Amino acid sequence: MEEPTKRELVLHINGEQRTVVVRQAETLLFVLRDHLGLTGAKPGCLNGDCGACTVLVNGTPIKSCMMLAIETVGKPITTIEGLDDAPIQQAFVRHFAFQCGYCTPGFIMNAQALIDRHPDADDAMIQEWLESNICRCTSYQEIEAAVKEVLKASKTSVTR
Amino acid sequence: MAVGKSVIRKEARDKVTGRAKYTNDFKQPGMLHAALVTSPYAHARITSIATSAALAAPGVRAVLTGEGLPLTGEDMRDRPPIAADKARYFGEVVAVVVADTLAQAEQAARLVRVAYEPLPAVGSPHEALKEGAPLLHEHLDRYEKSKTTHPEPGTNIAHRTKIRKGNIEQGFAESDVIIETSVSFNPSDHVAMETRCATAEIGLDGTIRITASSQSPFMIKKLLHTYFGEDTGKIIVHTPLVGGAYGGKAPVQLELLAYLAAKAVGGRKVSVWNSREHDMVTSPVHIGLEATVKIGATNDGVFKAMEILFLFDGGAYSDKAIDVSRAAAVDCTGPYHVEHVWCDSLCVYTNRPYATPFRSFGHCEQSFAVERAIDELAKALRLDPWDVRRKNVIRPGHTTPTQVRLTKSNVGDMAACLDRLRELMRWDEWQRVELDAYTVRAKGISGGWKTSTIDTDASSGVILTFNSDGSVNLISGVVEIGTGTKTVLAQIVAERLNMNVDDVHVKMDIDTQTTPEHWKTVASRGTFMAGRAALAAADDAIRQLKEIAACVLRASPADLEVGFGRVFLRDDPAIFIPVKDIAYGYKFPNGNAIGGQVIGRGHYILRHLTPLDPETGAGKPGPEWGVCAEGVEVEFNRRDYTYRVVKAYAVIDAGKVLNPKAALGQAMGAMSMGLSLASREGFLFDQAQRVLNPQLRTYRLIRFGEHPVYIVEFVETPQIDAPYGARGIGEHGLIGMPAALANALSLAAGVPLNELPLVPELIWRKQKGDGYGSL
Repeated sequence: MEEPTKRELVLHINGEQRTVVVRQAETLLFVLRDHLGLTGAKPGCLNGDCGACTVLVNGTPIKSCMMLAIETVGKPITTIEGLDDAPIQQAFVRHFAFQCGYCTPGFIMNAQALIDRHPDADDAMIQEWLESNICRCTSYQEIEAAVKEVLKASKTSVTR
Repeated sequence: MAVGKSVIRKEARDKVTGRAKYTNDFKQPGMLHAALVTSPYAHARITSIATSAALAAPGVRAVLTGEGLPLTGEDMRDRPPIAADKARYFGEVVAVVVADTLAQAEQAARLVRVAYEPLPAVGSPHEALKEGAPLLHEHLDRYEKSKTTHPEPGTNIAHRTKIRKGNIEQGFAESDVIIETSVSFNPSDHVAMETRCATAEIGLDGTIRITASSQSPFMIKKLLHTYFGEDTGKIIVHTPLVGGAYGGKAPVQLELLAYLAAKAVGGRKVSVWNSREHDMVTSPVHIGLEATVKIGATNDGVFKAMEILFLFDGGAYSDKAIDVSRAAAVDCTGPYHVEHVWCDSLCVYTNRPYATPFRSFGHCEQSFAVERAIDELAKALRLDPWDVRRKNVIRPGHTTPTQVRLTKSNVGDMAACLDRLRELMRWDEWQRVELDAYTVRAKGISGGWKTSTIDTDASSGVILTFNSDGSVNLISGVVEIGTGTKTVLAQIVAERLNMNVDDVHVKMDIDTQTTPEHWKTVASRGTFMAGRAALAAADDAIRQLKEIAACVLRASPADLEVGFGRVFLRDDPAIFIPVKDIAYGYKFPNGNAIGGQVIGRGHYILRHLTPLDPETGAGKPGPEWGVCAEGVEVEFNRRDYTYRVVKAYAVIDAGKVLNPKAALGQAMGAMSMGLSLASREGFLFDQAQRVLNPQLRTYRLIRFGEHPVYIVEFVETPQIDAPYGARGIGEHGLIGMPAALANALSLAAGVPLNELPLVPELIWRKQKGDGYGSL
């Protein structure tokens, strides 16, 4: 069997330029985790079903197990490690919105994108966005409370 | 001070910033990776395995097969770590490929050629018990087993638990009415978001280092010794944070493969990490059940007798399924007083993935069966199902099915739970109401209780070391699987030492070389056992602090108190010495010193537990019985058979709530898991017993937005011998959910619903008759 060709890629992650040499078939998730030590994104299913690997590419929440690293060249990527004490992180802590914590980075990244893009999201939109992620520990009621609190606060600040 | 407050979990910041590390997050250059080759058949003879093509593939270091390996199993050694002559379930490991990268290992795994000769597969407990059913284990009589395991050679019965209390014939003779109900559900899965993972490496001196996503790091040591003769002193198990477990990470499986793989490559570090698909079927699953419940009662609804037959679908190997089947038996009646009890609980072999503990350990299963029967009894007697339950609640002075006399301490207050549930649910206002031509709302309830069927000599240890700033390090063998137990332990320590909980630093990871043993992080026993050990360790530290302070303050230790960062005179707190000045011993002005670092140690071992009598089941399986009353309100559409869970209720006797928000989270999370299990989960098998839905696209879980409103309250009846009276609460939320949902939907649809999952198709089928719409 022939060794697959590797490529050098320059990725823009959390405001930094990172150079990696990877197989072309490598997903963004595995490059983040295995090549760059960014293990916040989690491999929950590698099938796009659970959302634990969600990161932002160009501000859009993407399941990083479903995207090749090579596709992200030239696009800004934000992972959970790139958030700096964001209100949604604080709200998750305050509302006990996680237990084992494995789904948390994915949920937070997805929620962050929702807050950025749709500060006026209603219940239906919140559900449409967040039903792509699975949490097995909490009842979701805690996550709902955390997300709604931040949305409410950001709405208030926009109005001001 | 700290107990009773919603202290934020100690690892919270790490978990919202991506810094929290789980087993598969520890990468190391040079680490090898394993890929599993699994059986595509549920039952087949393995005639040959050709590994040469795989061995020749790039990066491959070794290919392991099952030949010559010892059998494994905790209660009965019936499982080869890698299948050798026969595969007994779909997804069973038949070979392990080790390579430089995971991609290489996975590619090479496809080159392993296994020749199978398919055998007829056994698909359910009742099929397995039929005359002439294929036997999974022909040599059941030859397996090594514990004294409390009773297999029946020549059958597919791995174990039978018998409960005989009172006189069942007399009980039925005294009954005015007897009803019989049968229930069933397929095996399902835990679906922890972190799939299981283990790494192993063996040093030149023979030291074995395992890192595992496990609830049982100490058991891994013990079992590597039992199976492979390795010295327990040379085995070091590291367990970082665990990404959800729910019982599924209590068994030891991948750790054995990692150890064998490391051995095959000269001790180099090897990682075995489950794909989601393997995690769901290759690793152990939640048990399935077929049960029949017969209740005899008087016309006014007083239970006289219960006859219960549990046929648990333990899958291909007994693992902990034996224990689960036993746990359901010891609490078979639910939280009700029944004088005459007969129960046979069988752990049955089938050609399905093998079962292991699942949150509630046999109790949501038990309660689904019995609580459905109670609703059917109430219907037959035209009585209110709440009244029937209330009339029969178990109380101090009564005995359990295994004839343990209950006290005010060892059982919660079931009557109080039911009374509060009735108020919260506004039960008396309505139980079924038609909103329009198609929409029906209905309520259903369930009781629940649980003791922990646990090893009679399970123990737990805690060490407290003091820092020179007066703060404390808490070291316990409880694994942080998400329950927040380590934070609660910090609260217990802070409370006893009268100090700020922020100054109690928790060691999150387990390292079995430096962490005192905690038997297994299971059975809702973390807070109780490790809590008792923590109190003992705190008392030990207090004694040491007082001893040093007594010298310095020239006072008797008996006159001293510890708190607020000081050791002070009880009658004159102005005379004191700061803890920080004596935490590392005390140095007098002239340079002389006394004491040394304060190191508190404590342990706790369960007391007065006994194995069950094989003929009657008499014996004490666990320390206490926590109780709960739960309810569900559904909105059911009679046109398309869909429904929505509107509200879910639980009233749980917590003994004492140590951390309100964390307790609420445990209860609601467990309820969510119970509703998910009851409404949509379960493996689908084809006729050859292959699992058709081993992935999260086809195996559905509750998702955001599908959750009901949760209403949870706690009753506090202290367990006297537990820390601050606290009872286990991690599992009770789940126990009543399947039964409560089934009871609500049965009432809504007007047809008994005795199978899980309660999908619209099932309700439609039951209403139209079982044959309707089938091919």
